[in-house]
Amino acid sequence: MVELKVNGAVRQVDAAPETPLLYVLREDLQLNGAKFGCGLGQCGACTVAIDGAPAFSCLLPVGLLAGREITTVEGLGSPDKPGPLQQAFIDEQAAQCGYCIAGMVMRAHTLLARNPSPTDDEILEHMSPNLCRCGAHMRIVAAIRRASSRKEASRSQRGAL
Amino acid sequence: MRFGHLVTLLIVVALVGFGLTFLQSRPLKPVDPPRRQSFDDAQVRRGATLAAIGDCASCHTAPNGPAYAGGVALETPFGVIHGTNITPDPDTGIGRWSFAAFERAMREGTDQAGNRLYPAFPYNHFAKLTDDDLKALYAFVMTRQPVRAQTPENRLRFPYSIRGLVTFWNWLYLDDKPFKPDPRQSDEWSRGAYLVEALAHCGACHTPRTKWGGENSKARFDGGDAEGWWAPPLNGSTPALEPWDAERLTAYLRSWDDRHGGAVGPMAAVTANLAKAPDADVKAIAVYIASHFGQPDVGKKVRLEVLLSRPEPDLGDDAGLARGRDVFKGVCAQCHETGAQVPFTVQNLAQHTSLFAPTPDNVLRVALHGIRTPAGGFGPIMPGFAGSLTPQQLGDLARYLRARFTDLPPWPDPTAAARRLMNQPEGPAPAPAVAPKAWATAQ
Repeated sequence: MVELKVNGAVRQVDAAPETPLLYVLREDLQLNGAKFGCGLGQCGACTVAIDGAPAFSCLLPVGLLAGREITTVEGLGSPDKPGPLQQAFIDEQAAQCGYCIAGMVMRAHTLLARNPSPTDDEILEHMSPNLCRCGAHMRIVAAIRRASSRKEASRSQRGAL
Repeated sequence: MRFGHLVTLLIVVALVGFGLTFLQSRPLKPVDPPRRQSFDDAQVRRGATLAAIGDCASCHTAPNGPAYAGGVALETPFGVIHGTNITPDPDTGIGRWSFAAFERAMREGTDQAGNRLYPAFPYNHFAKLTDDDLKALYAFVMTRQPVRAQTPENRLRFPYSIRGLVTFWNWLYLDDKPFKPDPRQSDEWSRGAYLVEALAHCGACHTPRTKWGGENSKARFDGGDAEGWWAPPLNGSTPALEPWDAERLTAYLRSWDDRHGGAVGPMAAVTANLAKAPDADVKAIAVYIASHFGQPDVGKKVRLEVLLSRPEPDLGDDAGLARGRDVFKGVCAQCHETGAQVPFTVQNLAQHTSLFAPTPDNVLRVALHGIRTPAGGFGPIMPGFAGSLTPQQLGDLARYLRARFTDLPPWPDPTAAARRLMNQPEGPAPAPAVAPKAWATAQ
């Protein structure tokens, strides 16, 4: 049995300690936001926040996560009540196929929590480990800008970076 | 009595005057910034190549800042010093420097106004550049985009804050004799020697420094320090086992070598630059450096074979090593236990020099911050684990790596090192092949 703190709740999971967090989230906890992409920490589709920092959940055995605060995209809101960052992604229509988006949202979340008004350079720098192969980057950046507290963010138009 | 005072006063005035003249040099006449047309295109192009081999940008281009506009903060044992603006801006850069002023700075470490420059600027190497190469470098920097950017003030401890004292350093460490090829060596070796000693200044990091910050000429290439990273020895004194030769070094210096891996830390910028340099020059550098490594050591070869073929060692009842193994199996093994099936991984981590280092710092820095490939570039990429692993887990991992992949004694306290490094900034991201700003504004 492994005890995990996920989205504010303590969860008991019957999993071997070497099981990657991603598998436990998806298969044991039915938190299917985080996706399996490459399994090698190269694409970012599995990104979650651990104690407020972005982490690739495909590369993290649950046995190493005792006492750590895990946040997944489900922890930011729901389809009925999306959180502000999720709403910004909807408003900017910042997804094409959508496979990378849960990871993108979580990586962006860790940036805005630490720096509520990042510059475009800071957004690009922070988001660079996460890949999107549809080419939705411009809208993703626009969504992050919209969710930030930057003054000009409210004027942001779709795709106008 | 009165006469005595006068004499003392005169002596003091004379000494101060003498001191000032000798701790400084005369200012050189400012010129109007030279026009682009006054330089030959081929000369500018050659200057660009030389600037890449000399790695000027590492100290003169701030992270995400405009090219060559300065502002890079360098931590030294004497305090923080900033790379200056070497764009041709007339007020904050070197736009009003004549070639004579540029040459004096490069050869003697004295700026246009006559002030001593600090030897973090490796003029002790550049002193050996040929006149032609200096002219090409001048043509290159004077044709860059002028950027108005005041270089931040240095924060050096007293008495190092007195620039004039560098005069004494120059007596000790400035060898301004021109470069002489060694007639017993090949032309290629001599070309490499010239590039390494006069331009690429490898010794600035790979040779240990004396108390006064000079390169220790008795320990050339014995390994040193580069902005907090261990710069390994470039000679037979290296603790690493996988041997280097000119071919392996050429591959490493341009991108990646499948028996050693690729450059990390401050060296990554060097290899990114060398990737753009002419093949013949990089190969010459490799030939020269390889000659310092000498012939492969038989003892080391046997030790490496043992390490590469041995099964996982018995960890006994060491709980820390067992925890480190769990971290390795869960986090690292997906890529690093595939026997080089994953691109840009070596067959066995025993081939990495950093595991044989005197401290775990290099290994921990990579584990913390990963390896990034510049945007638009091609090369190794590794995620960093600063946010997801604890200092204890990283320390255990470092202990396990050392025990598993080397035959050297354990590092003293990797967990304390992990805690210390975790609280340090990551350092600059690699210089992007396509500047993010240009990419963003192009939309």
